[in-house]
Amino acid sequence: MSKKKTYIIIAFIFILAFFAGNLVYPHTKIFGVGVYPQFLPQIPFKLGLDLQGGSHLVYEADLSNVEKEEYSSAMQGLRDVIERRVNLFGVQEPIVQTQEARGRYRLIVELAGIIDPAEAIKMIGQTPFLEFKEPKENYEEIIENNQKTLERGEGELEDPYQTTVLTGKYLEKAELGFDQTATYKSLVLLQFDDEGSKIFEDLTSRNVGKPLAIYIDGLPISAPIVQETISGGRAQITGDFTIEEAQSLARNLNAGALPVPIKLISQQSVGPTLGKISLEKSLQAGILGFLLIILFMIFFYRLPGILSALTLGIYAAVVLSLFKLIPVTLTLAGIGGFILSIGMAIDANILIFSRMREELRGQKSFAQSVEDGFNRAWPSIRDGNLTTLIVAVILFGFGTSFIKGFALTLSLGILISMLSAIFITKNFLKCFIRTRLENWKWLWY
Amino acid sequence: MNINFLKYKKIYFIFSAILILASSGFLIIFGLKPGIDFTGGSILEIEYKTERPSNQEIKETLSNLDLGEVLIQATEERGIILKMKDISEDTHQEVLEKLKENKELEERRFESIGPVIGQELKEKTKIVIILSLLAIVLYIAWAFRKISRPLPSWQYGIASLLALFHDVLIPIGILSVLGKFYGVQITIPVITALLAVLGYSINNTVVVFDRIRENLLRQAGTYQEIVNNSLNQTLTRSINTSLTTLFVLVAIFFLGGVTLKYFALALILGIIAGTYSSIFLASPILVAWLKWRKRV
Repeated sequence: MSKKKTYIIIAFIFILAFFAGNLVYPHTKIFGVGVYPQFLPQIPFKLGLDLQGGSHLVYEADLSNVEKEEYSSAMQGLRDVIERRVNLFGVQEPIVQTQEARGRYRLIVELAGIIDPAEAIKMIGQTPFLEFKEPKENYEEIIENNQKTLERGEGELEDPYQTTVLTGKYLEKAELGFDQTATYKSLVLLQFDDEGSKIFEDLTSRNVGKPLAIYIDGLPISAPIVQETISGGRAQITGDFTIEEAQSLARNLNAGALPVPIKLISQQSVGPTLGKISLEKSLQAGILGFLLIILFMIFFYRLPGILSALTLGIYAAVVLSLFKLIPVTLTLAGIGGFILSIGMAIDANILIFSRMREELRGQKSFAQSVEDGFNRAWPSIRDGNLTTLIVAVILFGFGTSFIKGFALTLSLGILISMLSAIFITKNFLKCFIRTRLENWKWLWY
Repeated sequence: MNINFLKYKKIYFIFSAILILASSGFLIIFGLKPGIDFTGGSILEIEYKTERPSNQEIKETLSNLDLGEVLIQATEERGIILKMKDISEDTHQEVLEKLKENKELEERRFESIGPVIGQELKEKTKIVIILSLLAIVLYIAWAFRKISRPLPSWQYGIASLLALFHDVLIPIGILSVLGKFYGVQITIPVITALLAVLGYSINNTVVVFDRIRENLLRQAGTYQEIVNNSLNQTLTRSINTSLTTLFVLVAIFFLGGVTLKYFALALILGIIAGTYSSIFLASPILVAWLKWRKRV
C-alpha cells in the first residue's frame, strides 16, 4: 500500500519536474519537435536593471514653496507628470514611485533597458513652459514700428504681445494631429481643462480677428488668427513642424511644467552590454557550482548522491519556474542568493544521507534506516534552515533593493529546499525499499 | 572512527583568540573602507574600443574638471573604473565628452550617490544588523529551551553567539587588510554577505547542538563524551555541507563578475570560519563551561 503511494508521489514529482523544467526552458526539442505544449504560456524571466541594463534615478523634490498639508498631493502630481514623461521613452514597465524619508520627499524612477539614460534624465528634468499671449492694445502700431526698426537695421523691437493667464497649467492634454486640409501638415492639438476652456473662450472672444500667440519656453511658436470664439477648450498649434517635432512638442506639453522643482540626487545606470555580461557570468557561475556539487555528491554518497543530483535538478527547475510565475525580478544579488541556496539546498540531503548511513551501519533494515534517517535528520534540517530564513526575512523587510533581491531568492530557495527534502528525497529513497538494490551495500555506503 | 576533539580544546581556544585579536587589531589600525553606497560618490565604468590610455593620460584629460580626488582602476582588458566624488549629470556628461575626445569608448556603468542617501543607508544597515542579531539570539534561546541538564539552555545561546562573533569578526578583519592593501571596499553586497554568514554560522552550530540534545536523551556517558560523540557524528555533514556551499561560492568568486566578487569572498571567509567554529569552538566552550562550573 505505502509502496503504491510512493510511486504515485514520484509520478507526480516527475510531472511537476517536466512542467517546471519546460517553463524555465521552453525550447527543448526531441527529434525536432518541441516538447512543451504550445497552448501553455511562455513566461520570460523578469530581469532587474543590473542584468538588462537600465537606470535607477532618485530625485529629491523641493517642497519649500508648498504648504505642508499639500505635500502628498504635490508629490502625487509630480509623480503623475513624471510618469507621463517617462511613459514616452517606450521602455517596458517604467517605475515611478514617491518615497518619504524623514521629511524629505523623493521620487524614484526606474527605466529598464533604456539605451540613452542621459537623454532620459534630460527629458525628465525638462520643464517646457507653454503660454498664450494676446496682442497688446496698440498691436498694429507696434508691428509698424518694428517693421521700421527692421528696415533701419537698428533700434529695439517691442513685443507686440502681452501675457495672459492661460498657461500650460490649464492643459489637459496635447497630442499629435494632422492638418485636415490637403497639406496634411503635422500639428499639435491642445485640450484645456474646464477652467482653461473658460479662459480660452474668453480670450478668443476678446480677440476675434486678431492673432493669438503661442509661446513655448519664452519663444513664439505660432500666432494663428482667431476666427471666432472657441468654446470647449480645443486649440491647435500649427508651426512648421515635421512629424517628429510635433510629436516631441506634444510630448513636452503633456509633461507640462513640473508642479515642484526636482533635483537628481542619485543615479545608477548600467549599460546593456554590462548587463548582458553580468547575466552570462552569473549563469556560468551557477552552472559550474551546480556541476561541482553534483559530482561531489555522487562521488561521496554514490546512489543517494545520484538521487540528490536529481532532486537538486528538480529543485532548481521548480525555484526558477517560481521566479517566472510570481514573478521575481532577478538581479545579480538575486542570482547570488539563488546560487547560494543551491549550496544550502543540498544540506538537507546531506543530513538525511549521513543519518541514513549511520542507521544502516547500525544493522537496521533498509526501510527502517530510510525512515529513521529522515526523521532524525528533520529537526536539524528545520532548525538549521529556519535560522537562515529568519535572517533572510529581516534582510528582506529592512534592506535596500540589493539586499531585498538577495533575501527574496534565498528565502524562496530555502523554503523549496525544505519541501524538496520532505517530498522528493524521501520518496526517491523509499522507492528502493524491498528492491534488489537495497541489498547492494556498496551503493549506499 | 572516533576523534577526540575535546582533548585539545585549549589549543583551539588559543588559536581562535589569536585570530580574533588579530582581526580586531587590523580593524582598529586599518579600519574599513566604506564604498560609495555609504559615503556618497560616483563610479564610472567604461570600456575602450581599442586600447586603454594610461592612468596619467586619463588624469590629465580630466584635470580641468572639478572631480575631487579621482581613483582610476583598470579592469579586464580594455576597461577602467573611475571613482570620484558625487557629480551632477552635467559633469558626468562632461567627463564622458572629455574622455571621448581622444579615444573611442563605451560607457558600461555610472553610479552617483548623494551623501544624504549614503548616510541613510548607513543607518538602515545598522538597524538591519542589530535586528538580525537580536532575532538569532531569541531563536537560539527558543530552540534550546528544552535542554536544562547539565547546562541551562541560555548557555547554548551564549556559546553560539561567541561562535557567531568569531565567524563575522574574522572576515571583517581580513577585509580590512584587503581594504588597506588592495582597496577592497565595504559595499552593500559585502554587508549582505556578512549578514548571510550570521544565518549560516548559526545553522552549523545548531546542527551540532541538536545532536548533543538528542544524544543527551539517548546515550549514557559523561557530558564530555556525549559532546565528543555528537561532534564525530556531525563532522561529515558539517564538512560536506560547507564544501558544497563553498563550491558555488568559489564559482561565483571566479566567474560571477565584479559586483558579486567580494560578496562571494566575504561569504567564503565567513563559512570557513563558521565551519571551524561549529566544530572547534562552540561545543568545546560548552564542555569547558561545565568543567568550570563544577570546579567553582
